[in-house]
Amino acid sequence: MSEVNTGGGGGGKKGGKIRSKKQSTRIDMTPMVDLAFLLLTFFMLATTFSKPKTMELVMPEKPKPDDLPPKVQERNVLTVLLAKDNKVVWYQGITNPQPTVTNYSSTGIRKVLLEKSREVGKKFVVLIKPSDGSTYRNVVDILDEMAITNVRSYALVDIATTDTDLLKAQSL
Amino acid sequence: MPKIKPNRASPSLDMTPMVDLAFLLVTFFMLTTKFTSDDPVAVDMPKSISEIRLPDSNILTILISKDGRVFYNMDNKIKRAQLIKEIGTKYNINFTPGQVSDFAILSSFGLPIGNLPQFLDATPEERKLIEQPGIPTDSLNNQLADWLVYSRMVNPQLRIAIKGDGAANYPVVKRIINTLQENRISRFNLITNLESGPVAAAQ
Repeated sequence: MSEVNTGGGGGGKKGGKIRSKKQSTRIDMTPMVDLAFLLLTFFMLATTFSKPKTMELVMPEKPKPDDLPPKVQERNVLTVLLAKDNKVVWYQGITNPQPTVTNYSSTGIRKVLLEKSREVGKKFVVLIKPSDGSTYRNVVDILDEMAITNVRSYALVDIATTDTDLLKAQSL
Repeated sequence: MPKIKPNRASPSLDMTPMVDLAFLLVTFFMLTTKFTSDDPVAVDMPKSISEIRLPDSNILTILISKDGRVFYNMDNKIKRAQLIKEIGTKYNINFTPGQVSDFAILSSFGLPIGNLPQFLDATPEERKLIEQPGIPTDSLNNQLADWLVYSRMVNPQLRIAIKGDGAANYPVVKRIINTLQENRISRFNLITNLESGPVAAAQ
């Protein structure tokens, strides 16, 4: 770099050919490789592979005061109460409920849902009522069961006092 | 007798294929990466069999921690800057330009709006030490509702996602769902982890 070519053009050495100094085509790649691996490690550690999945939940709009409640046959309705300690209480119909306690396993509420939806058919409606003792996981689990058992019409509703009394009677 | 010299191989080896591979991987990771968001609390999401992917942009995340605190997060820096100005005028808080730009790059936060300027003035290291009480969601002082309304105003395409800890109590979730419904948001997403299948169902 610091050399200055003082010899005028042409001249050179004793009439010989001007040979440009051949430089090796190999360059030292070590720093580049260092950097490449540094970046590689960084991105490998910073990346998240399992992208979170989502569940779509569509809640009904708040009913207007003059809206009539939809008419359903009582025996088509299955109420699922989410109790504390990962327990589920279900009953069919609305008046004079006969609650049964079960859990979130595949032999628990899933079996019930499958049986009842086969029994009732297309008009099957599930009301999910999470109690104050239930957790977010319970809600996601039961919504998941709806997807697994292919129940089309279900609703997440607030728990009624009659239902809390029912849970109390089961000491849940 | 002449010494037998071992045929010494040159210590420099051809690194070109290795470099090729390394850069290929770098490029791959650079393009596919999505950084793990540093949430102020660890959230253990419940599992579901749902395979719908969360969209990449226009997401408002409501974080629910195990102990029922509520955190707010929205993507898009420009929209966030707009949002903080809007919400500042509503609550009569003047955010300085520094605070606005800090808010734009902030991750989730869970503070009543009154504590926000002070929080933004702190350095990122100091912020980690600050105990965040969560955004007030009770009916008397529902600041979450305001955040939702103003967020939707600055970004109408926003999708709402709830990222809750599995152990969070339902009453907190109910309050949030009610808040969403009151603001006529009836379609929202629950962020979950993927479960292997219905066979390996939850216990």
